[in-house]
Amino acid sequence: MGSQGGFGQSKEFLDLVKSIGEARSKSEEDRIVLHEIETLKRRINEPDIPKRKMKEYIIRLVYIEMLGHDASFGYIHAVKMTHDDSLLLKRTGYLAVTLFLNEDHDLIILIVNTIQKDLKSDNFLVVCAALNACCKLINEETIPAVIQQVVELLGHQKEAVRKKAVMALHSFHQRSSSSVNHLISNFRKKLSDNDPGVMGATLCPLYDLIVIDVNPYKDLVASFVNILKQVAERRLPKTYDYHQTPAPFIQIKLLKIMALLGSGDKKSSEQMYTVIGDIMRKSDTASNIGNAILFECICCISSIQPSPKLLETAADAIAKFLKSDSHNLKYMGIDALGRLIRINPDIAEQHQLAVIDCLEDPDDTLKRKTFELLYKMTKSSNVEVIVDRMIDYMISINDSHYKTETASRCVELAEQFAPSNHWFIQTMNKVFQHAGDLVNPKVAHNLMRLIAEGFGEDDDAADSQLRSSAVESYLKIVDDPKLPSAFLQVICWVLGEYGTADGKYSASYISGKLCDVAEAHSSDDIIRAYAVTALMKVYCFEKAAGRKTSLLPECQSLLEELSASHSSDLQQRAYEFRAILDLDANAVENIMPLDASCEDIEIDKSLPFLDNYVHKSLEQGAEPYIPENERSGTLNISNIINRNPYEHPAHSLRFEAYEVPKPVVPTKLTPAVTYPTDLVPVPEPSYQPTLSSGPISDAGSGSGSGSTELRLRLDGVQKKWGKPAYSSAAASSTSTIDSQRTTDNGATQSDNVTSKSREPRQPHVEVSEEKQKLAASLFGGRTARPERKQSGSAAGHSKVSRTTNHVEDKAQPTTVATAVQPPPPDLLDLGESSGAVSSYSSSVDPFKQLEGLLDLSQDGHAVTTTSTGPDLMSLYSGASTNGQNQNQNQNLNPLINEKDNMNGAPNPSNRTASLTKGPSLKDALDKDALVRQMGVNPTSQNPNLFSDLLG
Amino acid sequence: MIHFVLLISRQGKVRLTKWYSPYSQKERSKVIRELSGMILTRGPKLCNFVEWRGFKVVYKRYASLYFCMCINQEDNELEVLEIIHHYVEILDRYFGSVCELDLIFNFHKAYYILDEVLIAGELQESSKKTVARLVAAQDSLVEAAKEEAASISNIIAQATK
Repeated sequence: MGSQGGFGQSKEFLDLVKSIGEARSKSEEDRIVLHEIETLKRRINEPDIPKRKMKEYIIRLVYIEMLGHDASFGYIHAVKMTHDDSLLLKRTGYLAVTLFLNEDHDLIILIVNTIQKDLKSDNFLVVCAALNACCKLINEETIPAVIQQVVELLGHQKEAVRKKAVMALHSFHQRSSSSVNHLISNFRKKLSDNDPGVMGATLCPLYDLIVIDVNPYKDLVASFVNILKQVAERRLPKTYDYHQTPAPFIQIKLLKIMALLGSGDKKSSEQMYTVIGDIMRKSDTASNIGNAILFECICCISSIQPSPKLLETAADAIAKFLKSDSHNLKYMGIDALGRLIRINPDIAEQHQLAVIDCLEDPDDTLKRKTFELLYKMTKSSNVEVIVDRMIDYMISINDSHYKTETASRCVELAEQFAPSNHWFIQTMNKVFQHAGDLVNPKVAHNLMRLIAEGFGEDDDAADSQLRSSAVESYLKIVDDPKLPSAFLQVICWVLGEYGTADGKYSASYISGKLCDVAEAHSSDDIIRAYAVTALMKVYCFEKAAGRKTSLLPECQSLLEELSASHSSDLQQRAYEFRAILDLDANAVENIMPLDASCEDIEIDKSLPFLDNYVHKSLEQGAEPYIPENERSGTLNISNIINRNPYEHPAHSLRFEAYEVPKPVVPTKLTPAVTYPTDLVPVPEPSYQPTLSSGPISDAGSGSGSGSTELRLRLDGVQKKWGKPAYSSAAASSTSTIDSQRTTDNGATQSDNVTSKSREPRQPHVEVSEEKQKLAASLFGGRTARPERKQSGSAAGHSKVSRTTNHVEDKAQPTTVATAVQPPPPDLLDLGESSGAVSSYSSSVDPFKQLEGLLDLSQDGHAVTTTSTGPDLMSLYSGASTNGQNQNQNQNLNPLINEKDNMNGAPNPSNRTASLTKGPSLKDALDKDALVRQMGVNPTSQNPNLFSDLLG
Repeated sequence: MIHFVLLISRQGKVRLTKWYSPYSQKERSKVIRELSGMILTRGPKLCNFVEWRGFKVVYKRYASLYFCMCINQEDNELEVLEIIHHYVEILDRYFGSVCELDLIFNFHKAYYILDEVLIAGELQESSKKTVARLVAAQDSLVEAAKEEAASISNIIAQATK
């Protein structure tokens, strides 16, 4: 398998990636992937595939899976690869299985044994790989198999291992806290680890634990405060600095923990005030990370016992966020404001205008966040405005998740703060009309109850007014053909219950409307059921009131239709109605009392009216009824269902290696003595007797040897997947493999040099330019930062709308430039890449931009990085390619353009220069030549690009 | 907690996916489709967060590549934004001026690096240097293993087996 190019993969694989890259539609991509799947299915099952080839197949499987296709046919090969001895293959295997398998996949059982073995490896990289896999793959059932080893690794000499062991333990705790509960003291211990990385990692599980229960960790407040103080004072190694901020991620985690610990605890909170104040003062508001810390401080301040001084600082910080031009900061400001107003509602008032601006903002995310804030701010004085706004917004969005959420918030606010009945009913109508199908059915039931019960005060007049205004408004909209089902149910019920109550509308009018509803929604049985029952009520109330009643003809025909309905519920209702028709007024009043929906119906559970019947039956020889729980002999199904299989450790799988079989042939005793630690089983007392009592051969075949606990033997599996040698003499072969591994590791270190020298074979002048541009655009050119500042003043251009971009590409650069967040100070320690990583307009037409690049390079205004910088060249030759990159042009184009954007940003006027080709013409020609050489049709992706370059 | 990491190109092509919470293959495709529809269409000046299905997705664009991470409601968006940047910086260090192309062909390496930065959806290491050192250590072993097939030591090992 010739390794083509510098990517270490075969030509075939590179071609696959390339063709996917060139695919112009999802369907084309799918076609290629399906073809690849066919190929792989065939190849992967061939016998005797060289390992290197297999590794590539596995990576191709990962690729397929990444693109959203099913690669499950190859999972087993990935599992198999984790058993391999070479770290390279093992790592690939682990990577693949962690990407392929979810924690409940059946194949995991086959990996556990390997993980166990690898956790004991003396190579810490193997241990790391195994721990990585642990975090993803070990499920509740398999935790006992590895937990002991993981705990031991907490004391490993390598900090990387300790860190991963902490994280693995954390993930176990997330999956099944009960199996780790006895070990959580380890997290406390690790908090004082020498390595800041391990300490930082320990904060994750501690945070989770504190979320669950604060109290056991109150004693750590002082430690956390102390750590935070040290971090803020830059006591950690310089490598933890991020953009000149000392260990910000650790700071944030600590602040989160302190917010929990200080909540409602004055004593703890007081310990924190000083350090939080210090951090807020020190934080660098010009950088994103500084603001992240600031935000976390505000969260913490709003959570702990309030301190007036800190609240003031927090309010100032929020003001800065809200005044900022960056949408991100505005968003955070709104979020923070929402937290702080819980303590001090007055703060919001200073920021009214800013909040309104956010509400009007075209950015949906910001708008949504602002609505959340408004929701928290709602009082009876502003409820009308806010709910109206929310409803308007609700109507405008399509996302059902947020529509539902907004709807239920509207309902909640309306119920809580409604200033008048009329407004309430109108609001509910609007919500139901536009989101009726999305709101929780409970909301509909609540509404019915609310109308029935009134607002709770003993003001009957107000209640009946509420009802009649509901009836009135419902009658107005009931003919709308598009009303959601839940709303119609409410309407039917209310009309039935209260339609005729105030005497405004006649029974026949209401009945007519109800019949119309039933007719119009003939496919919805629930609505029809509501309608029929409502009709019945209307009729009954009339009859009980002693008025002359006659059934409308359409009502008659509806009843007839429903009597023959295939819904038994509808049938029953129809028959009940018919039965009622024949009763006299007195009986009817008893069956359907007026306005009695809130009365409790008393049920005598002993059903005394049946006593006679029961007696008679018993006398006739019927068997007496035995209550369910007294019956014997029948299987109690509910018990079985409820039983949690994990509660019975006796049934769980066994993961410890078996005892080394007592050798049948005495000569085999020797390997048992020299056995490597890998396979020495964890002694398990409960198993010991079984082994000695059962026949020896049983232990070998793994049949469980008649033990009471039925268990799966995992090391037997290895015979199937592992090296062939395993099955013959497991003991001796592992030792050779071990020794082989160590020799490999040791010996091949020196081969490194040779492997490096082999790599670059071709000159890469053109390619490296490509890459340079990519690099510059991905991480920015040297010129980017200062220029961006300059462009900030040209904000006037920022109003250029997206649609005009293609026409007015001269104005475009300013749009892009102003989009950039306030430039962070040059904190990146990446040399030329400083500060360039920020977001740019996605609406920019890349090809127009490319024209601009040419102009600029001619004008000499922009320091284009197309000039071959020596450092980049050398970097590039390291990562050699054989020109394949050219075929990736479609991917590269935007990258180039991005960079171009930045160069062009400060000087939009230069772009007006005509399209004469400057020094970059040669590059363009070179590039094109190479691309054509690779057989890419320039017109395939974008005709503009190539034609322009050629002039 | 980070529920998943997505790298999507501006054309909507998937460059890398890592799922820390269980999603079936079908759900994954749906998630990617939904999110790329939401994120790729967003304008440049808008904020780098979108709310989605009760979660928040923080994204950042680097050249033509979008790095997206899905987090819980209560997580700190700005922090996650910096976690993304942290990852990109490490990638940049590793590849030496990283570009999309590096990630396209070496996606498995990007995975290895991601595994050193995030574990089980949490940031495990915030020191770039530590990550770089660990990845380099693994690579040197891998490089060594590459030559294994041809190396004499291997032949000896084979013979003595």
